[in-house]
Amino acid sequence: MHDLGFDIAHFLAGGMVVTSFLLLYQARLSALINVFALHSLVLTLAVGWQAFIQHAPHLYVTAGIALVFKALMIPTALHRIVRRLGIHRTLEVVGGVGRDMLAGAALVALAILVMLPVTATADPLAREDLAFALAVVLLGLLLMVTRQNAVSLVIGFMSLENGLVLAAAGARGMPLAVEISVAFSVLIALIVIGIFLFRIRERFDSVDMQAMDAFREERRR
Amino acid sequence: MNALGVIAMTVLLALPAGAALVLVLVPGYRLGARLNIGAALFSLLAAISLFGAQPGANAYLRVDDFNLYLIVLNNLVSFTTSLFSASYIAHELESGRLTPQYLRFYHAMYQALIFAMNLALLANNIGLLWVAIELATLITVLMVGLYRTRAALEAAWKYFILGSLGIALALFGTILVYLAAQPVIGEGLPAMAWDQLLAHAAAFDPALLNLAFVFLLLGYGTKAGLVPLHAWLPDAHAEGPTPISAVLSGLLLNVALYAVLRFKMLMSANPAALAPGPLMIILGLLSLLFAALMLYRRGDIKRLFAYSSIEHMGIITFAFGMGGPLANFAGLLHMAMHSLTKSAIFFTVGHIAQARGTQRISTICGLTTTHPALGWGLVAGVLAIAGLPPFGVFTSEFLVVSSTFARQPLLALLLVLGLLLAFGTLLWRLHGMAFGESQGANTPVRSSSLPLLLHLGLVLVAGIWLPEPLVRWFQHVAALLG
Repeated sequence: MHDLGFDIAHFLAGGMVVTSFLLLYQARLSALINVFALHSLVLTLAVGWQAFIQHAPHLYVTAGIALVFKALMIPTALHRIVRRLGIHRTLEVVGGVGRDMLAGAALVALAILVMLPVTATADPLAREDLAFALAVVLLGLLLMVTRQNAVSLVIGFMSLENGLVLAAAGARGMPLAVEISVAFSVLIALIVIGIFLFRIRERFDSVDMQAMDAFREERRR
Repeated sequence: MNALGVIAMTVLLALPAGAALVLVLVPGYRLGARLNIGAALFSLLAAISLFGAQPGANAYLRVDDFNLYLIVLNNLVSFTTSLFSASYIAHELESGRLTPQYLRFYHAMYQALIFAMNLALLANNIGLLWVAIELATLITVLMVGLYRTRAALEAAWKYFILGSLGIALALFGTILVYLAAQPVIGEGLPAMAWDQLLAHAAAFDPALLNLAFVFLLLGYGTKAGLVPLHAWLPDAHAEGPTPISAVLSGLLLNVALYAVLRFKMLMSANPAALAPGPLMIILGLLSLLFAALMLYRRGDIKRLFAYSSIEHMGIITFAFGMGGPLANFAGLLHMAMHSLTKSAIFFTVGHIAQARGTQRISTICGLTTTHPALGWGLVAGVLAIAGLPPFGVFTSEFLVVSSTFARQPLLALLLVLGLLLAFGTLLWRLHGMAFGESQGANTPVRSSSLPLLLHLGLVLVAGIWLPEPLVRWFQHVAALLG
C-alpha cells in the first residue's frame, strides 16, 4: 500500500498545504500573485500524478486546465490589473504573521482530525488527499478573512477553489462534467472580478475593502 | 420516458437559453421587454404541460412530484415578474437610471437566470445541480450591480464573496456525497444521480454522509439566506433592480432550499446517519428570531422586506426540520405562499420607490391617498405576509405552529414569539407608510396591477379553499420528504 505512487501523491498534496501557508504571510500583492501561481502549479502536478496512478486520462484535462488558466493566465491578468491600478508597490498590513501561522496550523490539525476518522473505510489515497484538500480550503478561508484588499480576497478564493479541485481529483472516477465546470466557473469568476475591480477603481479610487465598508447602511444614515 | 414530457422539459431549458442569446442582439427595449414576457409565458406553458405528461428521469434530468410543483411556481413567478419588469424599466429609462445598453444586458441575464433556476430544479445529478446554482449566483451578482452606484457595487461584491464561499462549501459536500456513494453504486455518473443515490442511501457510510450534510447545509444555506450566513441578502435586495429583488426572494431562495431538502431526503433514508432535523430547526429558529428583531430598526423599505424574507426562510427551514407529514405539508405550502406574496410586495415596492423617488421609510407616508392602487396593494401584501387570515400565509403558519405545539411546546413558544414580533413590526411600519399626510415628491407612475392582483388572488384563494387534488398532492410530496 505504501508504495512510491502513494508517497508522491502524499508529497504533492502536502506541498499544496505548504504553499497555502506561504500565501498567508505575503504582504506585497505581486508576491502574493506569484505564490498563487506556484500554488496552481503544485495543483497541476498533484492532479497530473493522480491521473497517472488512477489511470484516469480525463484528469490530465483537469491538470491542463489548472496549468493554463490558474498557473499562467490568471496570474498574468492579475499582475496587469494590479499594475494598472498602481497598487503593485503597496504593502498590505497583515495582522501578525505568528497569529496567522498558529491559526493555520490549528486549521490543518482540524482538517486531519475531521477527515481521517470519517473516511476510515475509504481508499487510503482518497483519504489523505481529502484531508489535505480540506486543509487547503480552510487556509483559503483564513486568507480571505485576514485580508482587506480586494485582490487578496480574490486570491484567497481561488486558492480555496484549488483545494476543491484537489478533492475532486482524489475522488476516484468522479465524472468529468464537474471538474470542467469548476474550471469554467473560475474563468467566469475572473471575468466578473475583473469587471468589478475596474468598476471599483472607477468609483472609489481604491480597492481597499475598508473604504467600501464605510458605505454600509448603519453608517450611511 | 414520455415523449411529450421530454419535449416540455427541453423547452424549459432551451427556450430561456435561446431567448437570452436573442435578447443580447435585440436593440429596442420595448421589443426586448415583449420578447422577455413571451419567452417567460411559453416556459410557463411548458411547465404546466408537465402536469399532464411527467417524463420521469434520465441520467441528467428528472421530473418528480417534488420538483414539479417548484418548477411550475418558478415559471409562474418569472412570468409575472417579467410583466412587472416591463413597466418598471420603462420608468427607469425615463428617469435616466439605466441606459438602453444596460437593458439589453438586463433582459438577456433575466432569461439566463430562468434557465439556471430551471436547470437546478430539473437536475437529476448533484454535480449538475451545483453548476446550475453557481450559474444563478454569478448572474444575480451581475444583476445586483446593474446600477453601478457605490452602494450597488458594494452589495454585489459582498454577495459575490459570500455566495462563492457558500458555493465552494457546497461543492466540497457534493464531492463527499459522491465518495460515500462510490463504493456502493460504483464509479461514474450513476453515483451522482438522485434516483440512484436515494435508492442506495441506506448502504452509504453514515460518517461520511454526516460530514457531507454539514457542508451542504452551510453551503446551500448561505444561498437560502439562513442566519448567520445571511449578510449578503439585505444588501443585494436593497441595491439591485426591484424585479431582481422579487425573483431573488421569491425563487432563488426556494431553489437553494430545494437543494438542502434533497440532501435531507438522503440523510433520512440512511438510518445510521445523523438526524438532519435538529440542525435545520436551530438554523430556522435563529433566522426567524434574528430577522424578527432586525425588522424593527430598518430604514429602507426594500431592506425591511429582505429581512422579512430571511424570517420566512427560517420558518420554512424550521418546518422541514420538524419533519412529519403535517409540518412538511406546512413547509411546502409556505414555500409557495411566501414566494407569491413576497414577489407581489416587491412589485408594489418597486413602483412606490419610483413614485416617491426614495426607498427611505421615514419619507414615505400617506400612500393610500396619493396612489390608491399602490397603497392598498401594499396594505394587502403586508397583511398577507404578516400572516393575517384569510390569506394563505396564515394557513401555513398556523399549521407549522399547531404541529409544533403538539410535539415540542417549548420550541413552539419561541416560534410564536418570533412570528408575533415580526407581525407587530411589519404592521407598525405599514401604518406609517400607507396612511397619514403625504409629503415630498409625487410622480405618477404607470403601474400594471395585473401581476399583483394575480399573486394576491392566488394567496387569498389558497387561504380560503385549497382544492382537494392539490391537498392530496402536497400530502404525497410531504410523505416523500420523510
